[in-house]
Amino acid sequence: MSNLDIEISSQVSKENILKFDGISPILDIKNISVSYGNITALENVTFQVPEKNVIALIGPSGCGKSTLIRCINRMNDLIPSANVKGSVIFHGQNIYQENMDPTEIRYRIGMVFQKPNPFPKSIYDNIAFGPRVNGFNGDLDEIVEISLRRAALWEEVKDRLNNSGLSISGGQQQRLCIARALAVNPEVILMDEPASALDPISTQSIENLIKELSKDITIIIVTHNMQQAARISDYALVMMAGEERIGRLIEYGENKQVFDNPKDPRTEAYVTGRIG
Amino acid sequence: MAREEFDRELSNLESDLVVMAGMVEDALLRSLKALKERDLEQSQRVIELDDRIDGREVKIELACVDLIRKEAPIASDLRRIITILQISSELERMGDYAEGIAKINLMMGSEPLLKELIDIPKMGDLSVKMLKTSINVFMERNSEKARLIASTIHELDNKVDRLHSLVVRELVNIVKKDSKTAESAIYLMWVSHNVERTADRATNILERAYYQITGESFHGSVELQKHATLDNV
Repeated sequence: MSNLDIEISSQVSKENILKFDGISPILDIKNISVSYGNITALENVTFQVPEKNVIALIGPSGCGKSTLIRCINRMNDLIPSANVKGSVIFHGQNIYQENMDPTEIRYRIGMVFQKPNPFPKSIYDNIAFGPRVNGFNGDLDEIVEISLRRAALWEEVKDRLNNSGLSISGGQQQRLCIARALAVNPEVILMDEPASALDPISTQSIENLIKELSKDITIIIVTHNMQQAARISDYALVMMAGEERIGRLIEYGENKQVFDNPKDPRTEAYVTGRIG
Repeated sequence: MAREEFDRELSNLESDLVVMAGMVEDALLRSLKALKERDLEQSQRVIELDDRIDGREVKIELACVDLIRKEAPIASDLRRIITILQISSELERMGDYAEGIAKINLMMGSEPLLKELIDIPKMGDLSVKMLKTSINVFMERNSEKARLIASTIHELDNKVDRLHSLVVRELVNIVKKDSKTAESAIYLMWVSHNVERTADRATNILERAYYQITGESFHGSVELQKHATLDNV
């Protein structure tokens, strides 16, 4: 298969988009379109997210993956030129309706970024920050320990909680960021290439953590690493931008189907590295 | 172009596989001809050829492992490499069957054949035809053709099985009439068995190629075209 054989359009076939009949998805994304000023970045993206699964969001650079993931917890609100249309239904409510508090949404739909970004505070205060801001009056020590345990970091840092969050390794910092997100009991965590800046062993620990967390939390992860996506995801969502550079969803299916026998030839070309 | 090196290495692997299949065809036909003509030197050459077939399998296996290690293939690329591994293993066993026929010829030495070989060479020709067709399906990567050919190959395999049953029954009848022919009859039964197994393995190759091309398990597929013949596809 060569580049010349694959027409890189972004036409969508609805047959290639998985629907979840009979179950209530935790997220129902409907006709999401995003433009930055006059430039359309994303068009009519519609899909459902089943609860407590790992959904990998894959696609070539510039196809709108990060734009899409930022729509899910209204992080695009922080970009002045961004204009979002469509709806994101979370527990029956559209997070974009007027009476919704974006900060509250971001507690329940947390986010972890590519570059670890712990606060310039102690490890303890990194975790305690969210609950404190939320007016939590209970046992902060307990929340800190539980969060760090859930992030598989407790044993490594329990004796130095007062050390700066910046004093630990990159892999540990990323797990600290995950623990920080966990401290406010999210139902969904969005991860934008969480392991791309990490060494292989740290990457493995993040992947193990993701699999473990997905028993209780829904995780949507953007990744350029096909093998990682194939290893950890339950479902895969494939984005593509055609020559007009507008991102669209071209395929959404179970992990095994998308990575073993994709329906769309563009997905096949992308996962096998023929286009990118 | 993306993955040029990978595509080149994959293409080389496929070429090696085709060469190996050609060696196996040659070995089978030569072993049967040598048996029919009682050509012991030819049988010795078939035995030597099997060493080269085995060596080719090892080479293909190492190349596949190397490609998997370096390139971490996925989707159809991974299916392709795994299928190459499986087919090379099937071909190696087919080479062993040809070697087995050659060894039987040597064991029989100067002893005349118990009966004229008629059905066994027919089985051999059908097996070779099945092998050629299966390898072509794999190389052409044509899912429509794979579907069309699939049931035809199975019909041919059934035909080979029937011929094998005929051969065995005939030989058993000969032995019943004269028990001194038992050893010679057993030799020929083994030859027939080896050719019958060769046809089975050619069928396996088709099934593996089918899966690789379509992504569907052959036995799970519901679309079998029953009307095509090998001549019109």
